[in-house]
Parts: sequence; structure tokens; C-alpha cells
Amino acid sequence: MANVLGVFAHVDTTLDAIRKLRERGYSDLTVYTPVPIEEIEQEVERVRPLSKVRLFTLTGALTGTSLGFFLTIWSSVQWSLVTGGKDPVSYPPFVIIAFELTILLGGLASALAILVLGRLPRLKPSATYDPRFTLDRFGVAVSCPPETVAAVGSLLTASGAEEVRR
Amino acid sequence: MSVATPPGQPTWADVNRDVGRTVGMPGETYFAWMCLVALTLGCGVAAWAFQIYTGMGAAGKRTPQMWAMYITTFVFWIGIGHAGTLISAILYLFRAKWRTSIYRGAEAMTVFAVMTAGLFPLIHAGRMWFAYWLMPYPNQRYLWPNFKSPLVWDVFAISTYLTISVVFFIVGLVPDVAALRDQSTGFKKKVYTVISLGWEGSDSQWRHYRRAYGLLAALATPLVLSVHSVVSFDFAMALVPGWHSTLFAPFFVDGAIFSGFAMVLLLMLPMRYLFNWYAYIGDKHLDAMAKLILVTSLVLTYFYVCEAFTSWYSGEGYERASLFYRATRQYAWAFWLQYFCNSLVPLVLFWKKARTHVITLYVVSLFVLVGMWFERFNIIVLGLGFDFYPYTWGTYYPTVTDSTIIVGSFAWFLLLFLGFIRVMPSLSIVEVKEVLPHPFKHAHGGGH
Repeated sequence: MANVLGVFAHVDTTLDAIRKLRERGYSDLTVYTPVPIEEIEQEVERVRPLSKVRLFTLTGALTGTSLGFFLTIWSSVQWSLVTGGKDPVSYPPFVIIAFELTILLGGLASALAILVLGRLPRLKPSATYDPRFTLDRFGVAVSCPPETVAAVGSLLTASGAEEVRR
Repeated sequence: MSVATPPGQPTWADVNRDVGRTVGMPGETYFAWMCLVALTLGCGVAAWAFQIYTGMGAAGKRTPQMWAMYITTFVFWIGIGHAGTLISAILYLFRAKWRTSIYRGAEAMTVFAVMTAGLFPLIHAGRMWFAYWLMPYPNQRYLWPNFKSPLVWDVFAISTYLTISVVFFIVGLVPDVAALRDQSTGFKKKVYTVISLGWEGSDSQWRHYRRAYGLLAALATPLVLSVHSVVSFDFAMALVPGWHSTLFAPFFVDGAIFSGFAMVLLLMLPMRYLFNWYAYIGDKHLDAMAKLILVTSLVLTYFYVCEAFTSWYSGEGYERASLFYRATRQYAWAFWLQYFCNSLVPLVLFWKKARTHVITLYVVSLFVLVGMWFERFNIIVLGLGFDFYPYTWGTYYPTVTDSTIIVGSFAWFLLLFLGFIRVMPSLSIVEVKEVLPHPFKHAHGGGH
């Protein structure tokens, strides 16, 4: 597979290129943007399943809740500090520990999700990356069969790409 | 025809340039300030060393004032640490666009303020080499900490808050550091490459990033409100007159936001001037922050009134006596200073011009910080100074040692903050760009 990169200066021209490429059946696209752009995100997300980050968060948060209750209940049953003849397992204060651990592990799991799902850290930049993509330019990289490189290049130019790199 | 950026508004490239020039080799004035801050910190460290060597008596700790200034300042710093995560989580969920220019500085302030607060349990605990006893761990006596104790809740709440604030802070920094990486060269580029984790801003990175950021904000929102509530339980769970009140959680949270915003203003106003960020931090930002200070001040005043009213209305002798003692006896000056700084001075912000007038805002913020420090002083020192039995009544006298450590804590905070603004982007490149007009080639293009 060959890579073709189109560098764009505007949101609408980038969007136009993505739509046209999709229409022609090129689905292996990587879109680079300096900031998240809602219109582009909607267009790209249309054919993708929802991000799995929420599963990470849910798993982390539920682990935290269970761990919080387990830690407090287990230790108070194991080493009872009986006060006023009451049950040593006093749930109301344990909610605080469980709540804190829910947030802690939920948050850490969400951060982990960015790394795992976003394939970070990356040691080397991708072949199609350009430093202008963190400044003010947008990039559409197409992975396509070598024989279609010329056609993809002209499609990108026709959409308004400032520069096409093959 | 391209859709031009409105005149006077920075372009995306301007944002990269304006933030990029704040990092790098600073001038002599910066180093002069750093030396002053380091010297003050040195005095603080020397005072701490003296206290460790001589014992806690050096800090003026005598019954009944065992908490005194250290816990006062601990609560003060935790409170300061509220504004950052409030701005980055709650205001993010409410889509308050004005937050974008100030949130990075406020987040840094939060992390450093909580790091400063974290020193105080160590300083206060005396034998600080046993500080790890605070953490829940199975020890040789086969005991776990008492999970019914508010001090254990505190350890959980504050360490969670610090961890999540740091995570939030770093996650927000990654795309910005990537932008700095792409515009720097040499050694700087190498360092930024490592910190940016190789971020490229591809669609698959953004989609997970955005979702995770939203979820982090959703998790951090209840956390912001819970931290100072848990800190307030340290007091409210005790039976001491003036402490034992269900009012304490919202009272503390509101006060924390109030003082946090004052500190944000205190830090952002000089930064705006020094970095020439007038295009990013304009009058509407100052106005919004001033309004938040005003609202939290009014809410705080309401709590003060409630506190006094319930003390009187309860008909409870000790509660009434405690209130009377605070307002009229040896600490009356501190009590009335708190009301003056927190309830009266911020009222000037009702005046529209004052909300954008830099010097007024600066002076009000200073008063608020003084007032909020004294609020905690009044709760802790005055509460402990006059409770049920006359033989436990007492007056606290600050010593040179504990005062120097307190001043040193401010130097530690400033050292971290001043260091940060010269190596990292203290204005969020990505979020500021997001609220600027996006580049469209055709005015009605974009497929809406």
C-alpha cells in the first residue's frame, strides 16, 4: 500500500476531500487536525463504532468502588473497632473511601485509555505526519494501492489541497 | 474568497507564536525574582530543620492550640487548589468558553497548591519520618487504619484529588507540548518530543482523547466538590463548639472556590502583562472571574450569617459562648478582619468598572486571600481556644519558626509556578484555537 498526503488550509476543503475519497471507496484515511473540529469529527465518526474509552472508565470506576468497600468492610471485620456496641461495619463513612477510589481508578483508567487506544507513546512520527498539523494546517493521508496514487493525488488537489505529497 | 479572521483577533499561527515565545531562556528580572523566592524558601527549610531538631514546641504548639497555623495554612492551600479543577472540569462541562485562556495557569496553580498543602501534614506531624503512618498499609501489628476517622478520609480525598488533578493537567498538556515540539529545535525539541508522547493530532488520537477528557471532567466534577467537604469533616465531625455543624461542607467548598479565583487573578494579571496576552485574556475574562468572586463572596456571607444565627438560635450555651468569645475577646480583630475582607471588600465588584479594573481586582484578590486565611485561622485557633472547660482555654502566640515555615510555603508554591511558566505552555494552545474562528474557504461552506 502507498501513502498519499494532502495538506489543507481550511476546514471545508478538508471535509470535501474526506467525503470525495469515501465516495470513491478509499476508506483507510488518517485525518490530522491542529484542534478537534466538530464537522470533521462527525464525518470521520460516521463509519466508526463509538470510542471504547468509556469501557475503560467504567471498569476502572467499578473496580474502585468495589475495592473501596472491600478494603473498609474486610478490615473492619478482621480487626473490629467496636464503638458504642454498634456494628463495626459502618457503611456511611465507608462510602467516602469507596467514592474516592471510584474517582481515582476511573480517572486513571480514562488516562490509560488515551494511551492504549490512541497508540501512545509513539517513538517515531508517522510517515505522513507534518509539523504544520499542530500549527494551522489540516492533513488527509490516504493509504491506497500504488496504481491509484495518481488518481488520489488529483482528487486531493481538486478538493483544494495546498500540497500533495506522494 | 477565504473567510478572514476578524481584525484584532489572533490567528491560529499567532497563538502558537505567542505561547511559544513564553518558553525559553528568561531575562535577568526573572532570575532576580527566582533568587528572592529561593532565598525565602531557604529560610523556610532552615526553620523546618530547626523545628525537627528542637521539637514541636518551636512552632508554638501548646495545649489547646495543637493545630494552629500549620493546619490553617494546609486548609488554605487546599482551598486555593480548588479553582483550577473547577475551571477545567465544571466550566468545561458547562462549555464556558472564557475558561480556555485561563485554565492552564489555573490548573498549574491547583497542582502546585495541593503539593504545597501536602507538605503541611508532614511539617505538622512532628516526627515526619513516620509520615507514612498516614497511608493505609498493613503494619506489623496487623492493623489497618480506622476508616471511620475523618483524618483517614482526608488522606484518600487529597491524594485522589492530587492524582486526578495531575492526570488532568498532563492530559491537557500533551497536544500543546506537541505544538511546541514542532516549532522548536535542538535539545528543547528532544525534551518536548518525549513529553508530548509522540502526539500527532490524528483523528484516531483525537476521538479517544476527547472522550476521555470529557469523562475525566465528569469524574473530576464531584471530586472538586468532595475534597473540601471531606476536609471540612475534619472539623464538623468533632464536637468542638463552632465546628460541629452540617453547614461546614458547602461552607468550605464555597470559600475554597472564592479564594481559588482570587489566587487565579493574582497570578494571571501579572502574566497577562509580562507575556503581552491582552488578545487572549481580555476584559470579559476578568469580568467573568470577578463575577464568580462576587457570587461566592455573597454565598459565603450568607453562610456566615447562618453560622451566627444557628449558634444563637440553638439556645446551646457552649455554642453561644463560643460565638461571643470569637467576636469580642482577644481574637476579635481576626474575626472582624475576616468579615471585612470576605464580605465587605468584594462588594466593590458590583460596580461594573471595578470588574475590569486591574488594580482594583488585584487589591480585592489580596484582601480575599488574607480574609480566607484568617477564616481558617478563626475556625481552627479560635475553635480550639475556647471549648467546654475553662482549663482548656488558651491563647496562641505565633513563633518565628512557624511563621517562617508559612512564608516559606508561599515561596515553594511560587518557585514551582515560576518554573512552570518558563518551560511549559501556560496558555492552552489547542483550547484557545478552538474558540477562535475556524478557517473556512467559503463563508457558508463546511457542509452544515
